Amino acid sequence: MVFGGIDIGSTATKAALIDDSGALLGSAVRRSGVDFTASANLALEEAAKQAGVDQKDIVGIFSCGYGRKNATMAQETRTEIACHAAGAYHHFPQALTVVDIGGQDNKIIKLNAKGMRTSFKMNRKCAAGTGAFLEEMALRLDLPLESLDQLARDAQEEATLGAYCTVFTATEVLSKIRDGVKVEALVKGLFRSVVKRVMEMDILEGTVVMTGGVAAHNPYLAQMLSEELGRQVLLPPRPQLNGAWGAAILARDFRARQLARE
Amino acid sequence: MSEKTPPIQATKMMKKLMADHFLALDRAAAEGSPKVAWCTSVGPAELLIAMGFEVYYPENHGALLGASRIATDTIPVANAIGYSPDICSYLTADVGAFLKGITPLTKAYGIKGVPKPDVLVFNTNQCRDVQDWFEWYGRHFNVPAIGVRTHRGVGEVREYMVADVAQQIKDLIPTLEKVSGNKFDIDRLREVVGLSKQCTEQWRAVLEYGARVPAQMNFFDHTIHMAPAVVLRGRPEAIEYYNTLLAELVEREKAGYSAVPGERLRLYWDGMPVWGRLRMLAELMNELKAAIVCSTYCNSWIFGAFDAADPFESMARAYTELFIVRDEAYKEAYMLEHVERYGCQGIIFHDAKTCPNNSNSRYGLPQRFAEVHGVPSLVINGDLNDLRCFSDEQAKTNIEAFVEQIEEMAA
Ligand code: SF4
Repeated sequence: MVFGGIDIGSTATKAALIDDSGALLGSAVRRSGVDFTASANLALEEAAKQAGVDQKDIVGIFSCGYGRKNATMAQETRTEIACHAAGAYHHFPQALTVVDIGGQDNKIIKLNAKGMRTSFKMNRKCAAGTGAFLEEMALRLDLPLESLDQLARDAQEEATLGAYCTVFTATEVLSKIRDGVKVEALVKGLFRSVVKRVMEMDILEGTVVMTGGVAAHNPYLAQMLSEELGRQVLLPPRPQLNGAWGAAILARDFRARQLARE
Repeated sequence: MSEKTPPIQATKMMKKLMADHFLALDRAAAEGSPKVAWCTSVGPAELLIAMGFEVYYPENHGALLGASRIATDTIPVANAIGYSPDICSYLTADVGAFLKGITPLTKAYGIKGVPKPDVLVFNTNQCRDVQDWFEWYGRHFNVPAIGVRTHRGVGEVREYMVADVAQQIKDLIPTLEKVSGNKFDIDRLREVVGLSKQCTEQWRAVLEYGARVPAQMNFFDHTIHMAPAVVLRGRPEAIEYYNTLLAELVEREKAGYSAVPGERLRLYWDGMPVWGRLRMLAELMNELKAAIVCSTYCNSWIFGAFDAADPFESMARAYTELFIVRDEAYKEAYMLEHVERYGCQGIIFHDAKTCPNNSNSRYGLPQRFAEVHGVPSLVINGDLNDLRCFSDEQAKTNIEAFVEQIEEMAA
């Protein structure tokens, strides 16, 4: 059987189709844009095409993310917190701390050995340390988003950035440019700032898994976090798809419970 | 259990009481008699009533500004004259509204402006903001702003504290006599304290309906029905009101009604209400079938210590043993006791940006609850009045995820 998950985030809409074992059959990532329902439909269509399945063969679909209510094809909605937890636990079935860096907000989700959430935290309304922060900074530095990871890796030095606030950090960055600090060092400093924002949200205990689009495109962030923690931070196979994948897992489990009841 | 919950009928009576209250204040201010005293919500209202004042509560007005969302336009006005966006948004909303010459009382009761004070009486048991707030009006109207400076971080309520506060209340009398032109009468004070005591006991009884399973009233109902306990305590009307409400609650329970139809989950709310988002939050909780059955905030109008036989000391005690002035150990024990008694499966802490005094999540209390008592909690960032500090989407996602988490653990 085929199950689907749609994660309509503030920036990107992700669709994942899985089989009974939870293996990925097809997926898609699109910009969320201004019509969440349309982008969800398109993402699902694309994923179905990739998987070679007919949309009507998808037995259950769950949605999550900011636009979760706009996914008209979904049977049920869950929060992205539930879905990231389910996705991460699927790949690493043990007690976990999940760090999800999203477009607008960061989450730290703690799971016990059974995969149940024991607590979670979202960053405050400020976008410091999120994808939006890196996007804004890339814009200020006139750099393509895709180049950040390599630049940070290549940096010989690191600029120290202190502020919480994205706008204040932009000012700090400008003053560093004025002082002749190299762009690589600035980017590494920005990455450090993301890592710091995450670390001050909660204690990152046990096995840490990083998920979300920001980690997917900037795996160096996971390396930096590993260095800070002194242990390996894990990445699931497709970090950006983790929420959608988790939503599909939840749809699958829901169906199983329904069948067990019947 | 019925899925339909008709509105509480007593609300009509309350609306009339509140209208009478504000119209009486308006008349008094216009006619110059009786004199008008402004009082903090947990100030020595009994003394003011006993001395013949009509009593007006700016904090209540602050909440009205928040609930009507007029605050959104008025807070920046106060910010501009030097009152920081980081201080009490009741204060900034209220002062800003005054400067703009607007009030929700106009739409509700046809009253042009808030009743001009003849004296302002604060108690800093709430916070220092109330004193600065009242002093601003004191300077503006050139009338005395007097008050009680209370003890804070109180563990055990000690006799010296009670004696000190009682003396401070007595010290208000000469000014109040001068402003009102009335002589202080201890028997009248006894009578008012007795009435306040009755009101408190009835309000406690109303809140206890939250402990029923399913709860007969929830936090959102409490924020509405607490109004008489806040602004009319010490008056017979408040007692009459709660008698009516309690009688109705008996009937509602018999009829099988519940505050949240299909109640699946019970929660505790700590911190201030988000006044401008009460409806949104109430609807969300209904959708999730989660009832907020108990709150620190609505419980703050229970003053068990009142004793007509000993008016000054008992007022001093009641106004010193409040949750807000107590130390962490007391707060933790108090909340735990209520969480258990009301059968709450989790706590929502509202961290209100501009009211550190009513935000109890800032010194590790949620973590201690989880680690020591096994009670899960959620912290939502927001504010009582300043909606610039509140994100609807984040709050919704947080609350939904918290409910999911609790249900998952319970499954
Ligand atoms: S306790 Fe909080 S809400 Fe009340 S007056 Fe003080 S700062 Fe404002």
